Amino acid sequence: MRAARRRWSAWTIVLGVPIAGCGVQELPQSALNPAGPVAQSQDQLWDLVFWIAVVVFVIVQALILIAVFRFRDKGGDEIPKQVAGNTRLELLWTIIPALILVGIAVPTVRTIFELAEDPGEEALDVRVVGKQYWWAFEYLGDEGQGVITANELHIPTDRPVALNMQSLSATQPDPGFDQEPQVGQPVSNGVIHSFWVPRLAGKQDVVPGHTRPLTIQADEPGTYPGQCAEFCGLSHARMRFEVIAHEPDEFEAWLASQTEPAEPATDALAAEGQELFESQTCINCHAIDGYESAAGGAAAEVRIGPNLTHFASRNKFAGGIFDVDDPEQLAAWLRNPQEVKPGSQMPNLGLSDEQIDALSAYLYTLE
Amino acid sequence: MTAVPADTGSTGLRILQRPKATTGLWSWVTTTDHKKIGMMYFIATMFFFVVAGVEALLLRVQLAVPENDFLSPELYNQLYTMHGITMVFFVGIPLGATFFNYIMPLQIGARDVAFPRLNAFSFWVFCAAGIFMYSGIVLGGLPDGGWFNYAPLSTTVGPDVSGYTTGGGSGELAYQVHSGRMLLYSVGLQIAGIATLASAVNFIVTILNMRAPGMTLMRMPVFTWMTLIVAFLLLFALPVIGIALWQLMFEVRFGANFFNPAAGGDPILWEHMFWLFGHPEVYILVLPAFGIISEIIPTFSRKPIFGYTAMVFAGVAIGFLGWGVWAHHMFAAGMGPVANTAFGLTTMFIAVPTGVKIFNWVGTLWGGKVRLTSAMLFAIGAVAMFTIGGLSGVTHSVVPSNYQQTDSYYVVAHFHYVLFGGLVFGAIGGIYYWYPKVTGRLMNETWGKINFWTLLIGFNVTFGLMHFLGLWGMPRRIDTYYAGFGWEQLNLIITYGAFLIAASIALLLLNVVVSLRRGKLAGDDPWDARTVEWMTTSPPAHYNFAEIPQISARDELWHRKHAVSDSGDYVRVPAGGSGAIVVREVEDSDIHMPDPSVFPAMSAVGLPIMGWALFTSGNLMIVMLAVGSVITVGSLFAWAFEPSAEEGH
Repeated sequence: MRAARRRWSAWTIVLGVPIAGCGVQELPQSALNPAGPVAQSQDQLWDLVFWIAVVVFVIVQALILIAVFRFRDKGGDEIPKQVAGNTRLELLWTIIPALILVGIAVPTVRTIFELAEDPGEEALDVRVVGKQYWWAFEYLGDEGQGVITANELHIPTDRPVALNMQSLSATQPDPGFDQEPQVGQPVSNGVIHSFWVPRLAGKQDVVPGHTRPLTIQADEPGTYPGQCAEFCGLSHARMRFEVIAHEPDEFEAWLASQTEPAEPATDALAAEGQELFESQTCINCHAIDGYESAAGGAAAEVRIGPNLTHFASRNKFAGGIFDVDDPEQLAAWLRNPQEVKPGSQMPNLGLSDEQIDALSAYLYTLE
Repeated sequence: MTAVPADTGSTGLRILQRPKATTGLWSWVTTTDHKKIGMMYFIATMFFFVVAGVEALLLRVQLAVPENDFLSPELYNQLYTMHGITMVFFVGIPLGATFFNYIMPLQIGARDVAFPRLNAFSFWVFCAAGIFMYSGIVLGGLPDGGWFNYAPLSTTVGPDVSGYTTGGGSGELAYQVHSGRMLLYSVGLQIAGIATLASAVNFIVTILNMRAPGMTLMRMPVFTWMTLIVAFLLLFALPVIGIALWQLMFEVRFGANFFNPAAGGDPILWEHMFWLFGHPEVYILVLPAFGIISEIIPTFSRKPIFGYTAMVFAGVAIGFLGWGVWAHHMFAAGMGPVANTAFGLTTMFIAVPTGVKIFNWVGTLWGGKVRLTSAMLFAIGAVAMFTIGGLSGVTHSVVPSNYQQTDSYYVVAHFHYVLFGGLVFGAIGGIYYWYPKVTGRLMNETWGKINFWTLLIGFNVTFGLMHFLGLWGMPRRIDTYYAGFGWEQLNLIITYGAFLIAASIALLLLNVVVSLRRGKLAGDDPWDARTVEWMTTSPPAHYNFAEIPQISARDELWHRKHAVSDSGDYVRVPAGGSGAIVVREVEDSDIHMPDPSVFPAMSAVGLPIMGWALFTSGNLMIVMLAVGSVITVGSLFAWAFEPSAEEGH
């Protein structure tokens, strides 16, 4: 962290950007502050090409300024020598840039192929689904079977995480991880999104009809914010998410806690909310594992909206723009989702304040 | 070919008589004079420049502070989309056409372009496209999918699946609004494409066939060379986007599935087709400015362009290489490491010819007698600023690093350094440079210098800081952002910068208008320039040159003003000496020029009517399509059979 700060205050000097307080400013989404090997390899190339660009920039601008000041018209009749060119010079400034570019090309190509490599068996497999305007993360493999989070991706440190990303329609059920979307296959398709956690990895577009891989990895525990980087509609700016890295054992513990089904509400208000969850049709889009339907039996595992089994254990909701801890934000969201997040698929159910209180109380029991 | 039907104009078809107005509005509507058309392009372009500039200011106000609600997301998306579309298609391309139209025929010693009525047609179709595009204001909204308009957001889905902007609920209505906006985009750009394609053909034929005697290709001014290269790029690039737009139109209006994965289409297809046009488009936009800069710098350095041949072939090389780099816009789309490597390498190497150009401009300055007029300041400023854009372009070609940069504000910074720093600075230089030729008066130099320095500062504050925003993780095309990411201060400063740019542009436009009357009289050759357009009167007579000049050298005018002394040096020929230029006055009637015609303008009228037909259905649609095509096709026929104004010509 300290190294990163020093480096980027060097930037401030280099480019002469007079911004007060930059040195202490938090830049949690900065690509210049990599926190894992993928972002680091991308950043190393950036450093290389940046400094080359700075040198070329200084040379060219200096030449322009020298030419202008040194050869300024100071009056007089003499006609400057009518030089039409200089083959040797021109060859020189064709060949030298070409050689510099070859120098940049070699590590570039190497890194392109390194980043495209399969992360191997040890990687944690996570399926990512982009919808207008939120992300679902489904933890695959034996360890994470059945765990689905929204707008919050938990990963262990020092272990590659192999993401396989798909884009699906926000209004249709997700057919599930075992159905690979392919061009020509009638699955419910979304629009193009782009998955971007600058401190962990550069972007990967999520294109409907395709499955796109991306490897990320974090060195240290922490919260790494990201957001959709491909214009995807009205609330493109409100399609955020967080990657939360844990020490491996803490991650295992977290994963275990997430496999627990939800407990039925005990508190009276929350119990009322639990009934509203079904009677107000929330249940048609949101799954809560272990939810006991009032009509009897377990509720269907729908995959249209986010899985809410552990809603209260998350930091953010609704595309990562609201704080779960803030009951007012939750109330505003339940009152009229499109008012606070235009274009959201969550309908305005016309809930009364009492109903909102009850629903909130229930949601807060879903730890 | 012997039996030409005699004189149909004066007998049977009175309607086909040529208009005769030489002043007033009608003379402008019917003109076929490349200079008048060039001026109209200038006015239209400046109008759209102001429109797109105001759009940009609104965007900047919205982004000045986090979680601002100055613009709704719906309005923001329309404005940022229209800012891009307008700046690219209704400012960038016609700004090139403005200079090509006015200057190029003069530079090659021609009396007009090869097809004067086609030239007028291009202009009026361009206007029709602009009107059609902005008719969304009254037709349910402007395009809102970005200028790149990626499917399936632009086709089957739409940005507003919830129907939020149409009052919620009704998906059908939301889809109608969406498809209307996308029709404006696809049909509007197709109409604009017709205009540009016709221009491209016109300029190519003009340059290849109508050069003054003695002007070989390698004696052509660099600006004319760039015109030729741009015209060829347009000729090949526009059909590609034309097909893509056609597919989009069918997908939106008639339910085709080119880009719909559920039906076997692929959204990536649109990306490839869009950028296969879109990247040559960058060079289409910036090469005219390179040409302008290559005229200004030699004039005000009193030296010929350094390395003319390299300059020309670097332009040609950029034109060719420009076709092999399009997918660098798609590195994050998941094309795989092989394709990314290929396009990364081609992108890197396009920096070589671009670097050659930059060094040759510096070489032109070096050892000259540099006069820092406003035009020269803008030309030098363009070289300096474009260099930054070129260097950030090299950083994009480093593919893994590009994964971080793409779709962030770093890219916004980059292409504004290329297009604002290169194209706009260069073009403003061109305005200061050729204004005296066009109007006979000089622009105010003091204002010009204020204009330059305020623009340079405003530009760098606005777009320079965007590099940081992008690297710090701020994506493009977001209508708002949240506090806590370190973006607040920069965004606020950038908004101030944008207003400084606006003030500076206002000063420029004021200078253009005020100098029309108040400017100092310029004379034929106020800058002691080097090329043929300065050999005629300012403003030029409608026939351009009383006598077509015989060309014996590159920088023909300079050679006419100078002779080689006994010691081998150049010396100035005294005014009135043997080589001096005599601008001969002639009777207008001695030189036959193309006649005015109303049909180019009239044929343009039908095109948007056919476009609007797609918004309707049933009988109304058929009627509108019929009316539009009768107007356009009928005008084209009338145009074809139109006689000359005078007998015997």
